Amino acid sequence: MTKPLVSMENVSFAYDNKHALKDINLQIPTGAFLGLVGPNGGGKTTLIKLLLGLEKPQQGTIKIFDKNIKDFKQWNKIGFVSQKANSFNRGFPATVKEVVSTGLAAKVGYFHFFTKQHKQKIENAIEMVGMKDYINRNIGDLSGGQQQRIFIARSLVSDPSLLILDEPTVGIDTENVQKFYGLLHRLNEENNITLLLVSHDIGTMTNHANGIACLNKSLHFHGDTSAFSNLTEKELSKFYGHDLNVVTHQH
Amino acid sequence: MLTQFFTYEFLQNTFYTGLLIGFIAPLLGTFVVVRRLSLIADALSHVTLGGIAFGLLMEKKYGLAFITPFYSGMVFSVIGSMFVERLRSVYKAYQELAIPIILSGGVGLSVIFISLADGFNTDLYSYLFGSVSAVSRNDLWSILTITVIVLVVLLLFYKELFMLSFDEEHAIVSGIHAKRIHFLFIVLTALVISASIRIVGVLLVSALMTLPVAASIRIAKGFKQTILFSVIFGELSVIIGLITGYYFEIPPGGTIVMTSIFILLATISLKKGWDHFTRRKAII
Repeated sequence: MTKPLVSMENVSFAYDNKHALKDINLQIPTGAFLGLVGPNGGGKTTLIKLLLGLEKPQQGTIKIFDKNIKDFKQWNKIGFVSQKANSFNRGFPATVKEVVSTGLAAKVGYFHFFTKQHKQKIENAIEMVGMKDYINRNIGDLSGGQQQRIFIARSLVSDPSLLILDEPTVGIDTENVQKFYGLLHRLNEENNITLLLVSHDIGTMTNHANGIACLNKSLHFHGDTSAFSNLTEKELSKFYGHDLNVVTHQH
Repeated sequence: MLTQFFTYEFLQNTFYTGLLIGFIAPLLGTFVVVRRLSLIADALSHVTLGGIAFGLLMEKKYGLAFITPFYSGMVFSVIGSMFVERLRSVYKAYQELAIPIILSGGVGLSVIFISLADGFNTDLYSYLFGSVSAVSRNDLWSILTITVIVLVVLLLFYKELFMLSFDEEHAIVSGIHAKRIHFLFIVLTALVISASIRIVGVLLVSALMTLPVAASIRIAKGFKQTILFSVIFGELSVIIGLITGYYFEIPPGGTIVMTSIFILLATISLKKGWDHFTRRKAII
């Protein structure tokens, strides 16, 4: 078996002595499409912050590409699309191309400028998310779904091996959500990008992800999607701590 | 005007300085506006006034010629900008509080220094509203130096500044040192303000940083184009404003700002007309 792309061992994290995460053991194998579900306040965002190096665990170790996160430097290998991408300043005068180019800035580094290859990469990333016709449009003129694609392009431009998406479909209509998942499948299967998708929507997640992790301070379930679907609602409610309606989408 | 321009050195100084600040004020102003910091320019210009009053006091009372109002204004402005950053991190949820604190602090200091010097009359008037005859050759060289510094720093940190302005969270995740870049940016703003004050005056300096951008943002596609149009509008305002100010013997601050307001209104109405026209064409 190949080494997992991300591995967390006995990771705990607390804000002001209040446990947000407790004894997390989580492996994300290369090529996975892992859905992370759980109630609000269950620590999903904290887990992402740990993976992005924005917070440091008080206990346990996190390894990325088999390297301890403390020594990890290749941050451009990890793409991140945040929930907040929906709430940026809509009047900001930037074209699609300019927004996507910011995804390369960390890779290019201080005191360096974009080369022809960088520009090609920017165009490729925009093409990959199917937004080539909009390359010179202002980002504020696009719809929510289109903007979310642009933010994905921004994280794709540095050729990430792992893409982390935090509630990326909030505020996007159903039709575009389906297109969006189509794009994620292409990235996962054709471009071999490992995905970690955080969502409330358990129903959609079980239709798309090939593994599910259920988080409520500690990890209550971690396995493949079919095993997750076989859980009864009672068992699910137990880790949510309240009653739960699971809406299963049929295709 | 042309013969006078070649005869009088002060006119040349003023005109060249005008061209320099007409370039850097809207250039940096674009970042100021998109980061929603328009009012910070106002706060810093009032701190600069405090520094200028301090310099004038030193000159008048103690004859210290080496502390010119230009340099003391610049030092106050830069120190003020550091306080702004500090206050913004102290009051994270009320970041705009930094503006009235710094602004009133600047005015308070100015009042104290002015009364200690028993008033300055005309000198102070020209600092408040700008002047066509106040720029010395030395000032011109200092402003040229500031221009070069601003240009080099913006060129080197363009993508970082752009990233931080567009999406701060993403910038931090990407490993941008947000605090250092903020700091650099606010110090640059302070420098540009102190450079512009001789011509447009304390009360109107923030207008030169924001009005051209306000016009540009209506019509530009993308960030680079926004900068380009802002600079063009800024230069137009300065050139037209200086010439009319000189002819009608009005402080150029007033004529420059009114020219930018005219450009702003013209842009808004032209844009409206254009949108209306294209929409009708689309229907037909």
